[in-house]
Amino acid sequence: MATSTYNLIASQVVGAGGVSSVTFSSVPQSYTDLLLKVSGRMNTSGGEYIQLSFNGVTTNLNGLNLYGYTTNASSYRDSSVIGLGIFNGTSSQPNTFGIADVYIPNYTSSNYKSVSVDMINENNSSSTNSAYQYLTAGLWSAGSAITSITLTAQTTSILQNSTFYLYGIKNS
Amino acid sequence: MASAQTYTPIATQTIGSAVATVTFNSIPQTYTDLVLICNPEGSASGNGIILNVNGDFGSNYSDTMLRANGSAASSVRQTNNSCANISNLSGLPTASFGTYETHFMNYSNSSIYKTILSRGSNADSGGGVDVIVNFWRNTNAITTILVSTTGGNFMTGSMFTLYGIAAA
Repeated sequence: MATSTYNLIASQVVGAGGVSSVTFSSVPQSYTDLLLKVSGRMNTSGGEYIQLSFNGVTTNLNGLNLYGYTTNASSYRDSSVIGLGIFNGTSSQPNTFGIADVYIPNYTSSNYKSVSVDMINENNSSSTNSAYQYLTAGLWSAGSAITSITLTAQTTSILQNSTFYLYGIKNS
Repeated sequence: MASAQTYTPIATQTIGSAVATVTFNSIPQTYTDLVLICNPEGSASGNGIILNVNGDFGSNYSDTMLRANGSAASSVRQTNNSCANISNLSGLPTASFGTYETHFMNYSNSSIYKTILSRGSNADSGGGVDVIVNFWRNTNAITTILVSTTGGNFMTGSMFTLYGIAAA
């Protein structure tokens, strides 16, 4: 049997009361790439970002976003954060969570760290701004290997039953 | 009993000195889909990342690119093109390493034309976000992939890995 090269490193499920952030610490340095899968719901009416940072550092981050909602598509740049997109909030239907895939290649290198994010939230509502699709290019302009990953609510908290799964992928 | 591995590295190339092309030859036909992960930096701005399969440089490719540059979203379509696109036409970063995931669906099926999906992220100044649907009008199984740039080289430290995904 071949050795698995796509492995779950760690997972976290948010409990009652929610949390302001989730951290994966002591990320093993034995993989080539990381893949983070997020299902989240936010403690604010219209939803908000979950923001990504590394190694406890919240500087030298930027994100370039392509997003679509209702009948519009547009783009903007965040000059100081990598947002994973706007996750569902408390005005969304119950049990409704946004999801995101976050791919981080070559995370142990001394290069600046590039991040690719695909995110959606859906709510079966015809209201403007009730559902989004986000595609984001993120960059952490630092040469340190990634040893911890933190996901932080933009202003409020991440609600119960939100989930975070971190996978490692080896290229050999 | 452990389940069989279904996401398997086929080959990886880490660039030791600048090169214009990267080739994956003799791709095994034992998987269902392929995933190519590129983490490249370019030597010259204003260039894209492209690919050709099976040595085909004919006008047998078409694509639709959805992209954004930080201020606007746009779409472009190309037909009878001579390559498939991994990034938009100027998407190769030169100040950092970008992230590009390219999926080759049903690559070994010799009864269908091939669809190739690429998702690119380059947050450089002047960078962009891309989603590209490529189409190769050929039923041959994909056995080789040539990755290149429309100008300049891939710089030292650029990394390219081809994975196979088995449906069973």
